Amino acid sequence: MKDTPLSNCERDFLLKAIEEKKRLDGRQTYDYRKIKISFGTDYGCCFVDLGQTRVMAQVSCELVAPKENRPNEGIMFFNIELSPMASPGFEQGRQSELSVKLNRQLERCLRNSKCIDTESLCVVSGEKVWQIRVDVHTLNNDGNLMDAASIAAITALCHFRRPDVSTQGQEVTVYSPEERDPIPLSIYHMPISVSFAFFQQGTYLLVDPCEREERVMDGLLVIAMNKHREICSIQSSGGIMLLKEQVMRCSKIAGVKVSEITELINEALLNDRKARKAGGKCGFAESMPQERITALKKDETPVEMTDVTETANGIIQKGEAAPQTVPSPVVPVPGVGQVGQGLQNSWGLEDDDEDDYEEEKNDNSGDEQVEEVTKMDVGEGDVVEISDSEEEEVVILNPEVPEKPKNTGSKSHQKGAAASKKRQKK
Amino acid sequence: MTPSACDKSAFSTMEVCGSLTVSLREFGCEQSLLSRPDGSASFVQGDTSVMAGVYGPAEVKVSKEIYDRATLEVLVQPKVGLPSVRERSQEQCVRETCEASLLLTLHPRSSLTLILQVLHDDGSLLSCCLNAACMALMDAGLPMSCLFCGVTCAISTDGQIITDPTAAQEKESRALMTFAIDSAKHSVLMSSTKGSFSVHEVSGLMTGKKECAPFQTNKTVNAKPKRPDVTNRLH
Repeated sequence: MKDTPLSNCERDFLLKAIEEKKRLDGRQTYDYRKIKISFGTDYGCCFVDLGQTRVMAQVSCELVAPKENRPNEGIMFFNIELSPMASPGFEQGRQSELSVKLNRQLERCLRNSKCIDTESLCVVSGEKVWQIRVDVHTLNNDGNLMDAASIAAITALCHFRRPDVSTQGQEVTVYSPEERDPIPLSIYHMPISVSFAFFQQGTYLLVDPCEREERVMDGLLVIAMNKHREICSIQSSGGIMLLKEQVMRCSKIAGVKVSEITELINEALLNDRKARKAGGKCGFAESMPQERITALKKDETPVEMTDVTETANGIIQKGEAAPQTVPSPVVPVPGVGQVGQGLQNSWGLEDDDEDDYEEEKNDNSGDEQVEEVTKMDVGEGDVVEISDSEEEEVVILNPEVPEKPKNTGSKSHQKGAAASKKRQKK
Repeated sequence: MTPSACDKSAFSTMEVCGSLTVSLREFGCEQSLLSRPDGSASFVQGDTSVMAGVYGPAEVKVSKEIYDRATLEVLVQPKVGLPSVRERSQEQCVRETCEASLLLTLHPRSSLTLILQVLHDDGSLLSCCLNAACMALMDAGLPMSCLFCGVTCAISTDGQIITDPTAAQEKESRALMTFAIDSAKHSVLMSSTKGSFSVHEVSGLMTGKKECAPFQTNKTVNAKPKRPDVTNRLH
């Protein structure tokens, strides 16, 4: 599926509007769209709506062996999944340029800034550490996936609770959430990225570009910062040349925005904690809007089952009789199963040739799945030379009793046929 | 097996089921919640929630093109990790159900893409996916011959039948079945089963599920009271 191409008149309209300081949705130059943060039922699941852009982040943890050069530290793994649901241009499985860029930016923002204390994730030094995995799924792309993803990731990490562990020497006990309350991760600070889109070679600047604005922008500057005004990462892409005053101005704007967003995140986390303590139901189901024409909710409904027994009996009476059951398989030797008696061998091989293939059959019967059985007419267990070579003496290791019907698949038959052909040629 | 033996054993199994009140968990649905996809819906059954997005009819790759009908592609995205074999089998079940109810011949050489994102799994995941898929296809305005709904049933170790089981109930069941039932004739479009069970249990369950189906299809029609063009297209 391909994304609809942008027409020239749309592009000209957008650029002209930006020159006149007007945006499509009526925002000001430095305004963010409405941010809504909600949480899922289990810890570590967070939904972020940035205007129409929607992403979901899920944090999970697992006990693994640590990296060799860092035996005391836990492992953080980030993955932004550009789902085909978010945009028709995203394809499943293909690592597009945008996907690589977003993943790299999120890693730099969260991993390199050391916002999570990885040493606290160590359980047994050098052997067992926690691997924290953050999966961000994009649900709808209306521009600025980077900011939405970074807010979702850090909020989900703050929301997540990992299972409690205790170590006694070399033994590690992991407690389930019912036994002991899970504990939150230790987070030093919350880096959040803010995106600035530049137009007309850096003349005009917009914060939080929507999808249309992203299509016509010349370059993008992403600044990741925390509320203490510490810059965690800066990335400028698109090849635009910025003056240092512009970059300074952007970082000041970013500082203001980040503190607002951090306040919003903390408020959302607090509300969720209160709701969970009060025992209320929380999750995606609760965040569904109620009084809307496009939504409908129904309570737990019992189902009428009074007529079921009569109808079911009627169906069985009208149905066919059960098929003939097959006799269950017999196990003559361990590793060999036999169903039925098999048929007479109709390959026309001579009796003494068949003895040579006993060894091959013995080897094969263990490996093969026995479905059909063929009976081999074998003569006495005579020792016959298999090859014409006079250098070695052929020793037969496990001569089978010939009266027992042999279990063979088609493989050894074919081998027999091929070998018998060889003999005939000789 | 003689017919009389069938009757007796059927009666004994069904007695257990008849005395229970079977109920569906609280369910809810929202449509048109995403702006990019042509049709989108989210379906919630208790705590299990699935979001579906539909794109189509759109351009199709020449390698996947079918000359007389649309190519339907279904993608199931799990919450954690990459899609694996389990997601592939769920995709197969959903795709077969959709192909049975969509009028694909109206859009030859086009592609329809249905993406399902698992938001939370608390049991009955496949039926939640089916329901979300149906709602999303309706929201996209794709022509369908009938609506369909999914119902999951579990048979516990002592023969009790539980409809719409939670994850804990699913774990302790000895058999788990999911059926897709259409709205026109209440016939079974697709069934996916796991575990061991007898013929009588299955027939009892299917009849029971057909009772559940009207509840779910009524809900699907109610969810969009102001879209007469879609409802007209269904008949």
